[in-house]
Amino acid sequence: MEFISQHPVLVVSLVKILLTLFVVMTALAYLTWFERKVVARMQSRWGPYYVGAHGLLQPLADGVKFLFKEDVTPPSSDIVTYLLAPFLALVLALTAIALLPIGPPDVTILGQPVFAVSNINIGLIFLFAITSLGVYGVALAGWSSNSKYPLMGGLRSSAQMISYEVSLTLSVVGVLLLAGTLNLSDIVNGPNGQTGHWFHLIPKWNVIPQFVGFLCYIIAAIAETNRVPFDLPEAETELVAGFHTEYSSFKFAMFFMAEYANMITVSCLATILFFGGWLSPFGGHDWEKFIPVAIFLGLAAYCLFSLVTELESIIHKLQFTIVVGLFFALAAACFFFPQFAMPPFWFILKIAIFMFFYVWARGTLPRFRYDQLMSFGWKLLLPLSLANLVLTAVVWLVMHP
Amino acid sequence: MTLPLIVFFACAIAAVVGAILLILAREPIHSALSLILVMVSLAILYLLLGAPFVAAIQILVYAGAIMVLFVFVIMLLNAGEEERTDWSKIAKWVGLPLGFLLLLEIAHWLFHSEPGTAIVNGATAPPPASTFDLSTALFRQYLFPFEATSILILIAILGALVLARKDE
Repeated sequence: MEFISQHPVLVVSLVKILLTLFVVMTALAYLTWFERKVVARMQSRWGPYYVGAHGLLQPLADGVKFLFKEDVTPPSSDIVTYLLAPFLALVLALTAIALLPIGPPDVTILGQPVFAVSNINIGLIFLFAITSLGVYGVALAGWSSNSKYPLMGGLRSSAQMISYEVSLTLSVVGVLLLAGTLNLSDIVNGPNGQTGHWFHLIPKWNVIPQFVGFLCYIIAAIAETNRVPFDLPEAETELVAGFHTEYSSFKFAMFFMAEYANMITVSCLATILFFGGWLSPFGGHDWEKFIPVAIFLGLAAYCLFSLVTELESIIHKLQFTIVVGLFFALAAACFFFPQFAMPPFWFILKIAIFMFFYVWARGTLPRFRYDQLMSFGWKLLLPLSLANLVLTAVVWLVMHP
Repeated sequence: MTLPLIVFFACAIAAVVGAILLILAREPIHSALSLILVMVSLAILYLLLGAPFVAAIQILVYAGAIMVLFVFVIMLLNAGEEERTDWSKIAKWVGLPLGFLLLLEIAHWLFHSEPGTAIVNGATAPPPASTFDLSTALFRQYLFPFEATSILILIAILGALVLARKDE
């Protein structure tokens, strides 16, 4: 206890890092489950169903499979770079998440803010600095495999990420002009933040004055994360699997996890910049805690109903009992500790909507052709985000003479 | 040894090793990677000096943009291993002594200067200059050099375009 009271920063930071890592890793695993389930629904299939009740243990099975598969290293590969690339991709993707605040900075334990691993003043620039290094994972993987398809995939991907990073960064500057700060917490609830409502009805989120910026951001973000319809680096019809063709076993899983971690990062950033971060759409009243309580109790009731009527195997029933208990625990947490549970609830709800949007896009949109991708990025998206920036600056100058 | 000192030595060694590898590596991509190592180590040194903005820009611009283009071009050209040549006579008889002279000069200067304490005191350094101060200085006090530099870069880009364009 004495050690904890003497080194609050160290202890709390370590706990936060471990907790974040655990939550993010679990979230990554279950995002794959979520994606497969949703895409399956869109294509009138069941998706994962047999490993655990409703396929709930499928991510675990996948992880074990990745761990125990044979790890093939191509003999002609450049071995140092080949091994470095997946580590680089995953480490950078996870580091970026540590910069994101998921709740107000004034909620503290032992004098340390609870909801952000690190709250630095130039958080946004640091975030862009780290994500801009993410290209190396893909480019080096493509190059070091010493094989034609990965090289093509790596080249395409570098070109794509360089092109869309410009639009991504420019589309965010409009928000920066409104907020007047680079601190991610202050962008949400600083002096020029997103608290309050217009006409007591519409929340003062940046997405309304910056709608064009948000459109540019979300398109560029999907392209940055190499997802459908911009997943040309791994276009399987032409490039086998793109940059990670020669990677197997857990190294492939690391690229996979990095991709999902990047999706989480850009969704978090979109939430913070454009959708009020952890702020509630209703203004943060006391009664709001009944919304998550109702949602979690409803989910628990649904699972209980499914447990009784649908599931036959006793093991699956047992697993669903745990899920029901989890939902009850979440409901109780929201009811008894709203101060700690409400900001993450809103934040994660908003991210979940973005994740659904990602999966929705994957389930419905065809892939771009490479020349379409390039001309779209440079000839439409870049001028649009620039025009949005100039317009925002002019309006801001007129309103603040 | 305090934590800032440990970090300083780790980054300093990484930077020097990266710089040496940059010259010695025969594969162009390895040279580029070593240069990235140097850039990132320098960025962490800037952080220790209490300049987070410069550190972030160092990573964002040099490691994240310029070096990405380097790596991209090397991959695009699919440049193979470099060939080694024998030392040129000028490099051997003029370059090496001059290099040693420079090294001696730096060592001499380091020995006779006051020991700096900025990095050692990194943890207790004065609060870093804010982004606001930096941008005010850049866009008020140094507006003309700033604009002149950007025009210079624009001219360089146009020049590259003219040179690279195929004649119709």
